[in-house]
Amino acid sequence: MTEHTVRSFSQDLEELSGDLARMGGLAEDMLSDAIQAIASRDLALAETVVARDPQIDQLQVEVEKKILRLLALRQPLARDLRQTISALKIATELERIGDLGKSIAKRVKLVDGIEPVNALKGVARMGRLVTAQLKRVLDAYTAQETDAANRVWVRDEEVDEHYQSLFREVVTYMIEDPRTISACAHLLFVAKNLERIGDHCTNIAEEIHFLVTGEQLPVERPKVDALNSN
Amino acid sequence: MSRMDPMPPLRMETVVAARTAAVKADVKVKAETVSVFYGDKQALFDVSLDMPEKSVTALIGPSGCGKSTFLRSINRMNDTIPSCRVTGRIEIDGMDVNDKSVDPVVLRAQVGMVFQKPNPFPKSIFENVAYGVRLHGLATSRGQLNEIVEASLRKAGLWDEVKDRLNASGASLSGGQQQRLVIARAIAVNPEIILMDEPCSALDPIATAKVEELIDELRSNYCIVIVTHSMAQAARVSQQTAFFHLGKLVEAGPTEAIFTNPKDSRTQDYITGRFG
Repeated sequence: MTEHTVRSFSQDLEELSGDLARMGGLAEDMLSDAIQAIASRDLALAETVVARDPQIDQLQVEVEKKILRLLALRQPLARDLRQTISALKIATELERIGDLGKSIAKRVKLVDGIEPVNALKGVARMGRLVTAQLKRVLDAYTAQETDAANRVWVRDEEVDEHYQSLFREVVTYMIEDPRTISACAHLLFVAKNLERIGDHCTNIAEEIHFLVTGEQLPVERPKVDALNSN
Repeated sequence: MSRMDPMPPLRMETVVAARTAAVKADVKVKAETVSVFYGDKQALFDVSLDMPEKSVTALIGPSGCGKSTFLRSINRMNDTIPSCRVTGRIEIDGMDVNDKSVDPVVLRAQVGMVFQKPNPFPKSIFENVAYGVRLHGLATSRGQLNEIVEASLRKAGLWDEVKDRLNASGASLSGGQQQRLVIARAIAVNPEIILMDEPCSALDPIATAKVEELIDELRSNYCIVIVTHSMAQAARVSQQTAFFHLGKLVEAGPTEAIFTNPKDSRTQDYITGRFG
């Protein structure tokens, strides 16, 4: 798209995209390190994830300030307006992803010593899937690619399926050996957090679709519900 | 967005379709392939646009895009320019305004006009409003004339400010008051349509807000067509927006759709400040 007649307006919007890219990068690193920490029981790595969360929170506050200023001073319209509003919402989604990543990292010490290790492997697999979803949706945002965003939106079903099978698996371990219940319960929270991150990725995908096309994706999406099918 | 939400999917096209249907309800002014020439120069190219009853249509576009020319062709103001020629058809309630049987003076009472700069007559406030009423013989007695003047000034939101000095000169009022005075003058002769050519561009923000509030009130009784250079004003006051560029109508539609999701890239570029 061509430049604004008022060039500083374009600069403001670019700055906003830059901040979101930084937030996305932080969230992505936090998530993949949290999963790495769970899979390899790396407490030190987990602590660095927890320590990084304030950075994302701080960026979100800055993004909100910039958007408030942009709305007050520039009165963006049409695509500029959609870009501004979707940036506000995506920043919130990324901040939530950061929180969930932190929550996963905090549980590393709580699932320490869990047996069998298979359950951890399942969580790690689901974690890689969700990380890939996050990466894809961030790439789609940078490229403003609605097709790529829509693919992320559709693929959330895989995340839900993973969650469902992991849920069953972990419940089986609990039944087999009640001594693992506490650690397994924390593992279920980890799986639930990953499932929620998947949902935040689809929310971002919906924002990208709105930003690019001006239209909302349908509210309903084919969904496997772990609670109903159990 | 939570997918647990039981709400039916809200699609932009559904909203737009519903609004378009509402807007299409009663067409007051219908323009079909209207072209305007000033001598050899064509200023407007085949513009077709429906302007609904009881609704505000905003015409936007960069200077020289033909929006004022289009506005002026609705009440045949272009007739006053000798070299000007209008082709195509403009209908008000199905009547061709360019038909030989139409008296432009009567037409201009039916289609009131407000200009960029307030232009009160060099007469008293009362006479400014009463003049057209007398000219068209709309009042049969002094009492009725007083009533019409008061009602018009009330509708224009000016009565309380001027009721104690109706004999003062119209020119003694502030710019915003003068603009509301000429709106009162326009509505005193019972128009059905009010054309406004940048009515707020010479006014301060408070006077602008008053005129916009007035436009919103007048909408319940009139078909209003407004030319404005302020995107924000078009967005605030109109239900339909039409974007003109280089003498052509590029895009027209519900105001909400034009300002959130215009279909044409030229509209997009103009309203986001990328050219113009």
